[in-house]
Amino acid sequence: MAEYLSSLSFLGLLSRFPAGIAQGIVWGIMALGVYITFRLLDIADLSVDGTFSTGAAVTVVLIISGVNPILAVIVALFAGVAAGTVTGILHTKLGIPAILSGILTQYALYSINLAIMGFKANTAVSVDKYALVISSRNITLAIVVGAVIAILIIALLYWFFGTEQGSALRATGCNPEMAKAQGININAQKVVGLALSNGLVALSGGLFAQYSGFADVNSGRGAIVIGLAAVIIGEVIGDALLGKYLNFAGRLCFVIIGGIIYYLVYTIVLWLKLDSNMMKLFTAVIVAIFLAVPYLRSQATSSFKKAGKLSGQEGKED
Amino acid sequence: MLYVKDIYKTFNPGTINEKKALNGVSLKLDEGDFVTVIGGNGAGKSTLLNAIAGVWPVDGGSIYIDNFDVTGMPDYKRAQYIGRVFQDPMTGTAATMGIEENLALAARRGKRRGLKWGVTAEEREKYRSKLMTLELGLENRMTSKVGLLSGGQRQALTLLMATLTKPKLLLLDEHTAALDPKTAQTVLATTEKIINRDGLTAMMVTHNMKDAIAHGNRLIMMNEGNIILDIKGEEKKNLTVRDLLGKFEEVSGEAFASDKAILG
Repeated sequence: MAEYLSSLSFLGLLSRFPAGIAQGIVWGIMALGVYITFRLLDIADLSVDGTFSTGAAVTVVLIISGVNPILAVIVALFAGVAAGTVTGILHTKLGIPAILSGILTQYALYSINLAIMGFKANTAVSVDKYALVISSRNITLAIVVGAVIAILIIALLYWFFGTEQGSALRATGCNPEMAKAQGININAQKVVGLALSNGLVALSGGLFAQYSGFADVNSGRGAIVIGLAAVIIGEVIGDALLGKYLNFAGRLCFVIIGGIIYYLVYTIVLWLKLDSNMMKLFTAVIVAIFLAVPYLRSQATSSFKKAGKLSGQEGKED
Repeated sequence: MLYVKDIYKTFNPGTINEKKALNGVSLKLDEGDFVTVIGGNGAGKSTLLNAIAGVWPVDGGSIYIDNFDVTGMPDYKRAQYIGRVFQDPMTGTAATMGIEENLALAARRGKRRGLKWGVTAEEREKYRSKLMTLELGLENRMTSKVGLLSGGQRQALTLLMATLTKPKLLLLDEHTAALDPKTAQTVLATTEKIINRDGLTAMMVTHNMKDAIAHGNRLIMMNEGNIILDIKGEEKKNLTVRDLLGKFEEVSGEAFASDKAILG
């Protein structure tokens, strides 16, 4: 034990934090996409596991073939928009439940992503050869660039969801009956939301591929859970710090912060020399706990168990 | 104004739960008609309103609004002509959005929604004065989330939303049934006030015979998917609950089933 503790260097942990922050920002952008579907549209969209890799694959393949890395990420965004549209059409036009639509898209994308990369599971892109937007080679710059991109996206989302069109999308997620009565085509709104969400996820995938120097067909595996973790961690912290003063832009910022915190925790787990393969279990437990909190809280104030106990106490007096 | 021509609707056809909900209903409403709709449980009152609103397609027949055939239009397209208030106060408003945001959504009913700002400053002033007419103090809580309002407040707000841009037809589906009696009367009074002020054409389903008699210029009674009584003008003005019960027994050959309708 003592040997284990002495092997842990606190300075070593600190030195790893910046990389965690940079990764957290990139994944936080992915979580913004998850926020749109999960919180605004009230759909758990599982396509994102596939679209994250699609974004990575498209970006890397384009960069290698000589396309400007910024342009490559923008093309990746549109690839994500296309994938999200497919999920949306499966759900709204073909009547497949949203969760299954997402799974189908994700499953199909595995083949498509491999095809994009010429049927190789992994394609490298070196920062020495190409002028990448963001790279783990220069972490300070990566944090700055990542933060600028994240702020830009948050500003765009804040604007979009304040417009007539964006309000219609929020109304669709909040109360579809009401939305229809106000003349909103909720199916079209769902497709728009899924497209936008997956576009952001693919963009994040494209940035992540540049950051890590390769695209991997499995890099998006579990993205939905990491996204949910970031959204939920961000919400809990945002509500605790700002409470009712938290506006929409603030909520989006806290999604990014949630992503950063998730990756800092991840960094600590690695620093503690725990097996990083256990991280998925750890993440799932965290997300399950936070998703359960609102329900358990409501049970604390009103449940059959509690009612039974109260009734039992009264019964004794008779 | 509204012309419903021989419409049919059967739910769960071919199953043990088959229910012929509308059996060739025809109805013509003139501009400015305020029709109250009564009938026992399962008579087809709400089904008729849902058919007109376009919640689902009818099996047969036609629906015209202002001589325009809307039979093939889904509800969100018919919304450009129709304002609706539902029985459940939760249905008509978006709980996690602000009062002004809900009104702004309603103000754009039937219009193209573009990338202009969702709520403008001048709109806000308009909404403030509209909310004042409800006399609930909502004009001072414009950015509050609608989820914080009481059922009565939400129903009053839904009513305002449904009439914000003048609908060709206002559909009220037992919109006071889920409220306590006092609130129900307030919301009903507001309903009457708005309908008279704007000269709206409206249909109001109710379980309460007294309300059905007290409001509107026309009353229809439904039974087993058909309109069995249609009373208007002077006859409607002099109507009593006793008359109505008598007429129901006369036409349907059975006693009116609901105590709530008689006593409420």
